[in-house]
Amino acid sequence: MKLDLLIKRQSTSFLAGVLALTLAACGGGEAPTDEATGAATDETSTTEEPAEGGAEGGDVLIDGSSTVFPISEAMAEEFMAANAGTRVTVGVSGTGGGFKKFCAGETDISNASRPIKAEEIELCAENGIEYIEVPAAYDGLSVVVNKENDWAACMKPDDLKKMWEVAAEGSVDNWNQINPDYPDAPLALYGPGTDSGTYDYFVEALLGEDGSRGDYTASEDDNVIVQGVEADKGGLGFFGFAYYEENADQLGIVQIENAAGECVTPTVETIKDGSYNPLSRPIFFYVSKTALEEKPQVQAYVDFNLDAANAGLITEVGYVGLPDDVLAKAKERVAAKTVGSIFEGGSSVGVNLIEKL
Amino acid sequence: MNTPNTSDSNTPDGKVNLFQADMASRYRTDGIFQAITWTSIVIALLILAVLIIDVLMDGLPFINWNFLSNFPSRKPEQAGLLSALAGTIWVMVTVAVIAFPLGVGAGIFLEEFAEDNWFARAIEININNLAGVPSIIYGLLGLQVFVRLLGPNGWLFELTGIDITGGRSILTGALTLALLVLPIIIVSTRESLRAVPDSLRLAGFALGATRWQVVHNQILPIAIPGILTGTILALSRAIGETAPLITIGALTFISFLPENLQSPFTVLPIQIYNWVSRPQKDFHDLAAGGIIVLLVVLLVMNSTAVLLRNKLQKRF
Repeated sequence: MKLDLLIKRQSTSFLAGVLALTLAACGGGEAPTDEATGAATDETSTTEEPAEGGAEGGDVLIDGSSTVFPISEAMAEEFMAANAGTRVTVGVSGTGGGFKKFCAGETDISNASRPIKAEEIELCAENGIEYIEVPAAYDGLSVVVNKENDWAACMKPDDLKKMWEVAAEGSVDNWNQINPDYPDAPLALYGPGTDSGTYDYFVEALLGEDGSRGDYTASEDDNVIVQGVEADKGGLGFFGFAYYEENADQLGIVQIENAAGECVTPTVETIKDGSYNPLSRPIFFYVSKTALEEKPQVQAYVDFNLDAANAGLITEVGYVGLPDDVLAKAKERVAAKTVGSIFEGGSSVGVNLIEKL
Repeated sequence: MNTPNTSDSNTPDGKVNLFQADMASRYRTDGIFQAITWTSIVIALLILAVLIIDVLMDGLPFINWNFLSNFPSRKPEQAGLLSALAGTIWVMVTVAVIAFPLGVGAGIFLEEFAEDNWFARAIEININNLAGVPSIIYGLLGLQVFVRLLGPNGWLFELTGIDITGGRSILTGALTLALLVLPIIIVSTRESLRAVPDSLRLAGFALGATRWQVVHNQILPIAIPGILTGTILALSRAIGETAPLITIGALTFISFLPENLQSPFTVLPIQIYNWVSRPQKDFHDLAAGGIIVLLVVLLVMNSTAVLLRNKLQKRF
């Protein structure tokens, strides 16, 4: 009898234990958020209630490039502040990952740091997804060197090619190999990983189809490139304009000789007027035609993005707003619902947006 | 010291033993080994301390009520991680609810009920292998099965009109992470069941108890602390995962809270990763703040389980 009782007590306490674990493990973590939720609902109740009561069509689903993300975040933030009840969500699956979802009909808008590729065009066509290509902003790939580097003030695209091309792998490791005027200093290269849109554009603009050498320090996080070049006297790296702008004190910028033979520093003005070439690039978003037609909030969000009054948001997050004429063309394109890509699966290097749009 | 030394080298009948005790050298080896183990723990703790102090110095000034109660923003001073914090808690609770019963159940079955045949052995090998599969693979599996097949545009929906996961939702994320940690829970459940002496099982059977009675009344109560430890480790792994969740389509910017299991979501590691890779220094400090919050959530979760374990341990 005694044994029996003991067993029973054990079993109940075990069951209670399991239950308690499930509840407590959850409850323990939840406690702070319950309060947090309460506080937040006060502030956001205006945004949330209409979304629940209103149509499900209150959502704008965005995914794609991490390069375009800061723009989408800023636009979404302000758009939602101005349009209570609309819910904009932004994911960061990368340009390619974004198109996979977009072409499966899972998102309304796909952010892209490069034009849609031929195989993605095909995928969209297979699933009957039509899209409108809208330039969102410009970015200037900035080539940076160490603060102490006083020789590489202005470089020709050909100099950069000598450094980065496949043939340079294992052989070009000193600055004086690039230009005899440069001092005898070890050369160390830093750049984004090979699957980033920034890398793709750099390679296409300077090196052509062969790609780049493999023996450079690659990082998915541009801040690592900043730190690398900052600490390495012979270092040279490249990344988006925003990263240079933010670290201008710690890094030296390399002027790039453009097609007209002028040495140009990347600035908001030179990127906008196209004189900083060939390293300034447009970045895009692609809107599903169906979503644009059937979801008024998607139309509203796209209009918000292209409103000149909101161009300040683009500058605020470190990108360069579109020039007026390109913006006007982009608006026309959305209004006319012109589907397809002006790049036809190719690269955006050297394409004049005003002529093509 | 001397007394045991002499008694060691002499046999009871007084003859000299060939065995040399050489206590000095043995104590020296002992000391060296102790020093090595001590050094390893100091190095480990030192690295941990440096990391934590660095994060605390960067992030602590940014942790305030706004940080916890605001949604993400392009302005660092307004940005908060409410949606990520809520998402993490929703996901972790769901993972625990799914993975704990499934994992423990499977472990009990394999250890106590399954016969030792080729089928059970095949399952065992597969589970051990699954524990070593990179998390991104689970993400791809989750994308295909939970988002594409069981989601709103999926095969099941076309067949029956039932949308189970709601696509890129909390449930999808939790199911994916549950798959990721199941092997760990199963393996640790089996280990702790195996550590229970067989004599207890045999005693139970001898008294006429059925297998279920033995497992339920005798074995599990003894094994439960070990099982909980395994579960803690498994959940600690799940809370830090980013890759599988990004793969299934967890969001990065979301400024509303989850309403149910089918809501879109983001989690703390994704928010931290996003902030770390931004160009502005202020966002990097916010990321440090996010790491502190993630650590706190993890510690709260684990200490609850540890407390519970200690409580259970005392009773048996």
